[in-house]
Amino acid sequence: MSMNAKGRPTVAATAATSAIPDTFTGNRALQIEEALLFEVGRHDVTGVDLDEPADFAPRLGKLARKQPIDLPGLSEPETMRHYVRLSQKNYAIDSGLYPLGSCTMKHNPRLNEKVARLPGIGDVHPLQPLSTVKGAVELMAELGRWLIEMTGMKAVALSPKAGAHGELCGMMAIKAAIAAKGETRNIVLVPESAHGTNPATAALIGFKVVTVPARPDGTVAPEAVKALLSPDVAAIMLTNPNTCGLFERDVVEIAAAIHAAGAYFYCDGANFNAIVGKAKVGELGVDAMHINLHKTFSTPHGGGGPGAGPVVLSERLAAFAPLPFVRVEADGPVLVESEEALLPGETPFGRMTAFHGQMGMFVRALSYMLSHGSDGLQQASEDAVLNANYVRAGLRDLMSQPSGDRTCMHEVLFDDTFLEGTGVTTLDFAKAMIDEGYHPMTMYFPLVVHGAMLIEPTESESKASLDLFIATLRDLVMKAKAGDLERFQQAPRFAPRRRLDETRAARAPKLKWEKPEPWVEAAAAE
Amino acid sequence: MRYLPHSEADRQAMLAAIGVGSIDDLFADIPSDLRVHGLDLPRAAGEISVERTLGRLSAENIAASSVPFFVGAGAYKHHVPATVDHLIQRSEFLTSYTPYQPEITQGTLQYLFEFQTQVAHLTGMEVANASMYDGSTATVEAVLMAHRITKRSKAVLSGGLHPQYRAVVESLSPMAGDTVDALPADPTGTEDILASIDADTSCVVVQSPSVYGHLIDLAPIAAKAHEVGALLIAVFTEVVSLGLVEPPGAQGADIVVGEGQSIGNALSFGGPYVGLFATRLKYVRQMPGRLCGETVDAEGRRGFVLTLSTREQHIRRDKATSNICTNSGLCALAFTIHMTLLGEKGLARLARINHANAVKLAESLSALPGLTLLNDSFFNEFTIRLPGDAADIVEKLVAKGVLAGVPVSRLEPGKSELADLLIVASTEVNTDEDRAAFVAALSEVLA
Repeated sequence: MSMNAKGRPTVAATAATSAIPDTFTGNRALQIEEALLFEVGRHDVTGVDLDEPADFAPRLGKLARKQPIDLPGLSEPETMRHYVRLSQKNYAIDSGLYPLGSCTMKHNPRLNEKVARLPGIGDVHPLQPLSTVKGAVELMAELGRWLIEMTGMKAVALSPKAGAHGELCGMMAIKAAIAAKGETRNIVLVPESAHGTNPATAALIGFKVVTVPARPDGTVAPEAVKALLSPDVAAIMLTNPNTCGLFERDVVEIAAAIHAAGAYFYCDGANFNAIVGKAKVGELGVDAMHINLHKTFSTPHGGGGPGAGPVVLSERLAAFAPLPFVRVEADGPVLVESEEALLPGETPFGRMTAFHGQMGMFVRALSYMLSHGSDGLQQASEDAVLNANYVRAGLRDLMSQPSGDRTCMHEVLFDDTFLEGTGVTTLDFAKAMIDEGYHPMTMYFPLVVHGAMLIEPTESESKASLDLFIATLRDLVMKAKAGDLERFQQAPRFAPRRRLDETRAARAPKLKWEKPEPWVEAAAAE
Repeated sequence: MRYLPHSEADRQAMLAAIGVGSIDDLFADIPSDLRVHGLDLPRAAGEISVERTLGRLSAENIAASSVPFFVGAGAYKHHVPATVDHLIQRSEFLTSYTPYQPEITQGTLQYLFEFQTQVAHLTGMEVANASMYDGSTATVEAVLMAHRITKRSKAVLSGGLHPQYRAVVESLSPMAGDTVDALPADPTGTEDILASIDADTSCVVVQSPSVYGHLIDLAPIAAKAHEVGALLIAVFTEVVSLGLVEPPGAQGADIVVGEGQSIGNALSFGGPYVGLFATRLKYVRQMPGRLCGETVDAEGRRGFVLTLSTREQHIRRDKATSNICTNSGLCALAFTIHMTLLGEKGLARLARINHANAVKLAESLSALPGLTLLNDSFFNEFTIRLPGDAADIVEKLVAKGVLAGVPVSRLEPGKSELADLLIVASTEVNTDEDRAAFVAALSEVLA
């Protein structure tokens, strides 16, 4: 999730003094400093053994490369060490609780990695003859069947590559549906608490974004929506459960009002993990919703991707699903790749990407679904909600909730009121969590809450794990209130790096390695 | 369920601590008439069962490694060193999130910085971002970026651009206010794109090697584009070609986008792949996607952070340069590890092997009666005209155990003049025996 906005300090941390003595290497035991590839690699070293081809007559015309590339190489053992050392500077869900709200950092089963590498899955080309990939198409159809049943929708577009790409797909379908009716609606309603991707997506395809005010508890009131409805409104983009961790309790009334005005209901499915097996979005009046397979269905986040963002579509939008899509016919599923293959009534708006989408993520997600089954999926949602409420119950007397203490869904939201007068900011508090061995929660999001801290423990955490997490946060709150400022403002002290100067990075961007000037190298060598 | 830690006793104790009687009380905000009680789906299954189900689906497909394999046109069968797949499965890489807390994600940030440097060097550009979804989505993002820079809205697409890339641009760009002038399919690599560039043009999008394999001289196109104030967007789908071919940056490209799958990433039926995106430094603030930059920490030690995020959706919302959030981090890691193993020496040699294999295959095939090679120049992929419908012939070759290439009709259906064309790729994985099997099988089919 994003970070920035209300209450966030913009100045760099004050210069810190280290209590830890220097070492000759700069290493700290298992924390080993690793130079950049460009500083340790050599241009005449390669870690891949390949035989030089026999002489042949090149066919490059006049476009043969004239200049060297400047790509240093490493041998295989050096490569292994370089990346293992880098990996050891990362926090990961496998090493600890990762309570990033709205990001759903849950356990990534290794069975899913194994099946993604099966030769008939990982080693098939998207443009092989379709007669040689029947199992792949069947897998896509099966994933689609699960997603449709879980959401109660009519159709699914599997190809979007990530959540934001799925949003774009859904909104493009809406734009196409409006055009098909001969209408020109140009306004999209987006609540203040929405993810940044929502307004960015709407604006990308020419919609004007109008903000819907929230109730004090962060939910959207039907009256607030109705007041903004007009013949120019194309859609509303609503996250449910919302980014404050609450189920939009008036969602059905909002959907009815939207539909009565001739507009569409886009639902941001980032928080789907809370309601799988508990509610079907199709029955709530949703017309399109993307599903982040990398959140709810546990495909690994991989340091920021890849994701996958299939979009489920209502009866009203199903015909506009982009190419390619899987059509289930009597004698099996068929991959429809082109307009030439369409049946009457199929009116795709175009294509989101080359090929067919993130097969590697499809198989991981399907493996996760098959493993859980209908019973396990429901249990996972219940445990996710149970865990968030358990954290809430453990902290409600010490930390402040923006709309008072009330039941939440899969994530619990605090603001920084409890830090008032301590001199500790949300950022300081988060950095102190790092020293305690935790990844911080989502900070400063949603934007509607001052100094927001959004905690999503997920169903993967045991009671013992949550008990220690709660005890740790309680201890930090007490220390903040006791005036132990140093602990917060100097944090993190035990991470591979202290606070980093983001202002400097942005002011004079250094976005790639540059060879130092000769005199700098000479001085360093002395 | 093996992934869920709680015992029933744990759950009861936690409900008591929360102060509710049952789990249903926590879902009270969902109107009771909308509450679901059971999904029409199978119940939980153990590892043995799941692996068997998915193994059965896998077995219905022909794996690229199991046959002589010449299918390309945007994704390529290459050998990925074992080290790559081991390293990307390290927990600390695989199960980490976007590096929003830089103090505890320096591993991700440093490899992104190294990745950006490698991509910039390969393409001959000044700055590269931390990856896009894939080559096709990177291409449409480049078109939108050119619109922002030039304040013009006409994109000219070469007929050598991958037809599915073209379709992606034609789907999104008009909704974003662009008009798209897509030239007809150019299987011979002889189109006159200069004639389509005028004072309304925001960008010219040219793929080299083209989808039909031709190496395109970008310099005259760049010159014409710059003369009228338009940008040249250079596209590639085979990044290995950059080991041997003059980079787009040296030919005057303003934005370079491409598919990075060939290095480090499996075919995986089309995804996940990794989009590469590079440009001139003067355009960096109009770039989409994440950027990693160097800085120092509070002790003055070098470190890395995500930077220039005022371009991005989480800060700028409806004024952002793109809506992209998640990218292809782990695929970028696979790319950068494989590229590190190769180094300059290995990449150049890999490229020479690919080129040599394709040259040998092109020579053998074009010696067959009735076949015409359409390319003067190519890298590891070329187009041949067959004496018959290419899709039919490919299907007959499947029966003989050879996956021969991509019939152009798969990408450009309904165009009868293209129905006899086949795009053929040959990489380092093909042996002399593979090529001999292809030539022999094709001779039999055509006999």
